[in-house]
Amino acid sequence: MLTDTTTPAADDKIRCDACPVMCYIKPGAAGACDRYANHDGELVRVDPHVVLERTVSHGGRLVPFQAGGDWDGKIVHEPSVFVTAIGAGTTYPDYKPAPFIVSSEIDGVDMVTVVTEGIFSYCGVKVKIDTDRYLGPETATVRAQGEAIGHVTTSEYGSQMLSLGGVHHLTGGSKKEGRVTCDALMDLSNCKPVELTIDGGATVVVQAGYPPIVNGVPEERMRVGCGSATIGMFAKQWHGKVDEVVVVDDHITGVLSEHQAGKLLDIPDTGIKMKGRRSTPGRYFQVAEPGTGWGGTMISDPLSVLGPFDPKRARTGMTMLMVSTTGEHAAYYELDAALKPIETPMPADLKRSVERIQENCEPALCTVLFMGGAGGSLRAGVTDNPVRLTRSVKEALTRVTSGGAPVYVWPGGGITFMVDVTRLPAGAFGYVPTPALVAPIEFTLRLSDYAALGGHMDHVRPLASLKDNTEFRQMPSRSPPGQHA
Amino acid sequence: MKRVPQIGFLADGRRLHLQDGPIDLIVEAHGSETNLRAAYNAAARRFTGLLDELCGELPILRQAADPVRCLLQGLVARRMHAAVAPFAADHFITPMAAVAGSVAEEILGAMVGAARLERAYVNNGGDIALYLADREQFTVGLMDRPDDHGLMRTMVIRADDPTRGVATSGRHGRSFSLGIADAVTVLAQTASQADAAATIIANAVDLPGHPAIVRCPAQDLQPDSDLGAHLVTRDVGGLSDVEIEDALEAGADKARQLLAAGLIDGAALRLHGETVVVAPRAMLRAETAVQRGAIESAMHV
Repeated sequence: MLTDTTTPAADDKIRCDACPVMCYIKPGAAGACDRYANHDGELVRVDPHVVLERTVSHGGRLVPFQAGGDWDGKIVHEPSVFVTAIGAGTTYPDYKPAPFIVSSEIDGVDMVTVVTEGIFSYCGVKVKIDTDRYLGPETATVRAQGEAIGHVTTSEYGSQMLSLGGVHHLTGGSKKEGRVTCDALMDLSNCKPVELTIDGGATVVVQAGYPPIVNGVPEERMRVGCGSATIGMFAKQWHGKVDEVVVVDDHITGVLSEHQAGKLLDIPDTGIKMKGRRSTPGRYFQVAEPGTGWGGTMISDPLSVLGPFDPKRARTGMTMLMVSTTGEHAAYYELDAALKPIETPMPADLKRSVERIQENCEPALCTVLFMGGAGGSLRAGVTDNPVRLTRSVKEALTRVTSGGAPVYVWPGGGITFMVDVTRLPAGAFGYVPTPALVAPIEFTLRLSDYAALGGHMDHVRPLASLKDNTEFRQMPSRSPPGQHA
Repeated sequence: MKRVPQIGFLADGRRLHLQDGPIDLIVEAHGSETNLRAAYNAAARRFTGLLDELCGELPILRQAADPVRCLLQGLVARRMHAAVAPFAADHFITPMAAVAGSVAEEILGAMVGAARLERAYVNNGGDIALYLADREQFTVGLMDRPDDHGLMRTMVIRADDPTRGVATSGRHGRSFSLGIADAVTVLAQTASQADAAATIIANAVDLPGHPAIVRCPAQDLQPDSDLGAHLVTRDVGGLSDVEIEDALEAGADKARQLLAAGLIDGAALRLHGETVVVAPRAMLRAETAVQRGAIESAMHV
């Protein structure tokens, strides 16, 4: 990132002096060129955010990033530094919508100019919602503004995953479905809140980096663990202070006296009788239907997961703590003469253990990973041997970034990557009316790796014949552009 | 570091890329090697310093154009003014509305003046200046949904047609729009005229007062925008089919006026997936002859 071409202006604007237009740029905005932007009061260079798909299909190649020195008057002015980006030489016009295409001598069409079409029509977001509340059944349709934009996928540890977007919703359904999907993906990717409704489930407001809001209630914390894990973690702290503890959890409800942790502490049987299906001692599945109540179940009265106490083992005056896996719900009981649990005020030291559970729960967040595939274009006839091109790109890459943020590139074919959207600069994602998302992707390579992309070097050669004395000057190495914090 | 324009060929070794500040051009010419070299050299020479020339008169270029009087000195600046002047009496418009087309025209002019070419184009971010020698032609394609391969209109611009400019304006571009069109593409005799007319028609595609349209003063977004306090479109929410049709018709009406006045040769207006074409003849015809595969490799996946 270059930060040297700025002078402070009167307010939060900065004035760019990269060129004589001398734009005033507001925070979060870019100058007239779309190459320089104001990021938190700092002028940053935002190109090349070049979409691989477009670049390659435009005959793009690897070009060094950022020219140095004066133009020598030669027709080809080749910048020559280490940091390179695929297609830095292709241009902003790619992003300008225009239905007219003038394409390159292919089947009688003469040139490709400006297009609005999908950059990442194969893209979507994976959303992780930290909550034990029931959001909806697996595979249920997820909707925005009534349109299907994705589905509920697996539950992961303390969280529910959604898979949104993808080519099916973007372009496979009605026009409106595509548009709404594209809007939702873009908003989610740009860290804006989006309200999602799940068929047969909850309404949840998702915003990357913020707690989910489930049915109007902001989630606060992830559970500390499943009910069984919670027993394991806190058994010692409860020992001697209470006769029985039940940690209510949609997944595995834990019972202290029966649990291995309780056995090790010689905690005697209490005659408790749990509903649900016993997995192993002290661990119960399906004590209640999933929901948004206690521990991700539908219950509001925790006693409903209990059967009657066994009169042979239970005794009057026995005490019991019931608590959810987040510590958000907790109640304390004593058995009366009929061995019925009666709620009574919780002793201070048990309250502290509940607070300890809360303290050990991490803040619940929504996280959004953008996932897009840029591989198709590489195979679409750019070279005689497209697979080799893909392979060589992958092997030669020193760093793939998206808007400067690190990405995970999936193994296998194509270049399918995932990136945490909170790590990109604000407003990094755009869309085209195709509908499809425009996402930045950069390939940063050393000059030697660039040379290793042999196919491209062959393409470069003919231009040398047009100007006899273009040279690639060696310049000191510099590190790849840093990611945005 | 002294600012230098980026001048180089794209990977195909054919298309010249010129970039300086906000100006970004793709240039290609056809002709003999000697002529090509002369043309590209002329383009590079003319390009160098062009931005500084324009910026010298930037304050005037950012003011509403006078329909008659032109205080500007530079050739490109005067061309910008000339292109917007026909609209200045009835609309708010600044010479900046024609900057892209005017620059494209200037570079094309330098090339044609320095070499014998068969044909050439200078594409400035979608605003394109064309040159055609006798009996030459360019094929221009109108693409609706490239991923769909659905509708494909093509149009041949021949040497004996009047059209030498193609420009596109809309709310997704780098410059702001007062209207809601996704894109308005205009054919005109010059790129600068096409550029100005596309701006005017795109501004006319509108639903004034519609609650789903979010507008804000241009200067709140870009402090030195030539549009000043004028409200520019930031977002367009859901529109009914009738509303889309109404907005497009408002723009098409404007396009027909410009066509009748001889200011444009044709226009295609696009909003929320719908397209309306205004043309004097069947110059934009549905065309299925262009093969899918070709389109895919040319411009999509």
